[in-house]
Amino acid sequence: MIVETVLDSFNKIGANFLDFLAVVGKLARFVARSVKHCFTPPFYPFQLLRQLTDIGYYSLPVVGMTALFTGMVLALQSYTGFTRFNAESAIAGVVALSITRELSPVLAGLMVAGRVGAAIAAEIGTMRVTEQIDALRTLSVNPFKYLIAPRVLAATIMLPALVLIGDIIGVYGGYVVSIHSLGFSAGSYLTQTWDIITRMDVVSGLWKAAVFGFIVSIMGCYHGFNSARGAQGVGAATTNAVVSSSILILIFNYLLTQIFFS
Amino acid sequence: MNDVHANTNTQDNKLVLSKVSKSFGSNRVLNNLSLNVPAGKSMVVIGGSGTGKSVMLKCILGLLEADSGSILIDGQESAGCNIKTRGEFMKKFGMLFQGGALFDSLRIWENVAFGLIHGQGMNKKQAREIAIEKICAVGLSPDVAEFFPAELSGGMQKRVGLARAVATSPEIIFFDEPTTGLDPIMADVINDLIVDQVQDLGATALSITHDMASARKIADYIAMIFEGRIIWSGSVGDLDHSGSEHVEQFIHGRADGPITRRVA
Repeated sequence: MIVETVLDSFNKIGANFLDFLAVVGKLARFVARSVKHCFTPPFYPFQLLRQLTDIGYYSLPVVGMTALFTGMVLALQSYTGFTRFNAESAIAGVVALSITRELSPVLAGLMVAGRVGAAIAAEIGTMRVTEQIDALRTLSVNPFKYLIAPRVLAATIMLPALVLIGDIIGVYGGYVVSIHSLGFSAGSYLTQTWDIITRMDVVSGLWKAAVFGFIVSIMGCYHGFNSARGAQGVGAATTNAVVSSSILILIFNYLLTQIFFS
Repeated sequence: MNDVHANTNTQDNKLVLSKVSKSFGSNRVLNNLSLNVPAGKSMVVIGGSGTGKSVMLKCILGLLEADSGSILIDGQESAGCNIKTRGEFMKKFGMLFQGGALFDSLRIWENVAFGLIHGQGMNKKQAREIAIEKICAVGLSPDVAEFFPAELSGGMQKRVGLARAVATSPEIIFFDEPTTGLDPIMADVINDLIVDQVQDLGATALSITHDMASARKIADYIAMIFEGRIIWSGSVGDLDHSGSEHVEQFIHGRADGPITRRVA
């Protein structure tokens, strides 16, 4: 009896592991096909332009607001901690480095995962269940080229642009709080920011953003494309897209930080 | 139950399915299905829900890969063909989906012109003219061209779906439950439009439906699918004296007979 229970448990673990490997393999094939179709004709420039606008321009308010308040809070919290060690002069550098290296790309990635990743999964999932993807095929159009490639390219291009703007707004948020609430001099704050920040700090954040943009779009497309039937299927696809892309963003953030700064 | 074909001479057939099987897990949906569709004729496959009608259509279109068997289109094997060959087959096809499957984000004329612009590489201006011509041909006002699908009724969406299916002048047109969800008058209008459009193009048509009024109206030949196989086929005139108990039960909509349904 005990032996049977133990064997049954091993069977379940084995079956789950095989299911996991199957999903990884399916995702790897999907990623490979998506990347291939990003660089092989025919291209759909109007679709790309539409996605650049949807993913980039319309995400600007949410990314900008996130960066602004993150920079402001960072300045306040740093001041609270650093005054204990008479290290207030380090606040400008801490804000600039935290924003450009970590907070701007990660928070922008997570916000875009919530806004864009969910929208991609819901739109493509609905197209799947209403047979619009099958209709594309019958009209001699490859859905990978028409639906997936423009979204993946647009997110990979636009997230670095959003993060660059987020960097500026985030640093400005810290500057505003430091000058108007904490009594710093504008000139010395800007000089300290400019002195500490290097090109690598900004560029590493932009590379991270490109990877996060790719992750958000590919997970949205994957879950939408493989959505199950019905409203529940589309809902599950949307949730899975946001959760999986958020987790992958955090994992890849660690890996990329190791690569850039170790 | 033996498979019976409308025409056994494969040279006169546009589509020839031989012993096509398709399973999903342990559920065998198509079970050695064989069917011939004569060129320039309208074949309607009737059968209850879950008998494999839609799966058969998707296997022909290449949207699903058959597990075994042969699917000849104009005498050329399509089962297991490469992407390039599949693309060539697709250019011969038009398809009216059950729910219309119109692209929500595009205007009606863009939906109708989609295959012309993206599939055939036609310029937008010329494609728009053809699209509006097709929109008028299915009995809609040209003003509808600028609407979005969500602004149209179910019947109007079906007409747009039909206009899109015929816009590229396909050689073979598939109709998936063309009258489902429509009132009887609108269903008859759609049936008339299907007959007119197929005749105008001189196309071969393959429809699947469980609406007998529709089947009688649009078919030259009818085949019945049951448990993943074609169990009877013949001309529409032979339908009422098919000699098949299954066909008799189905066309008269009787609960009693060899076709049994589990209720719970």
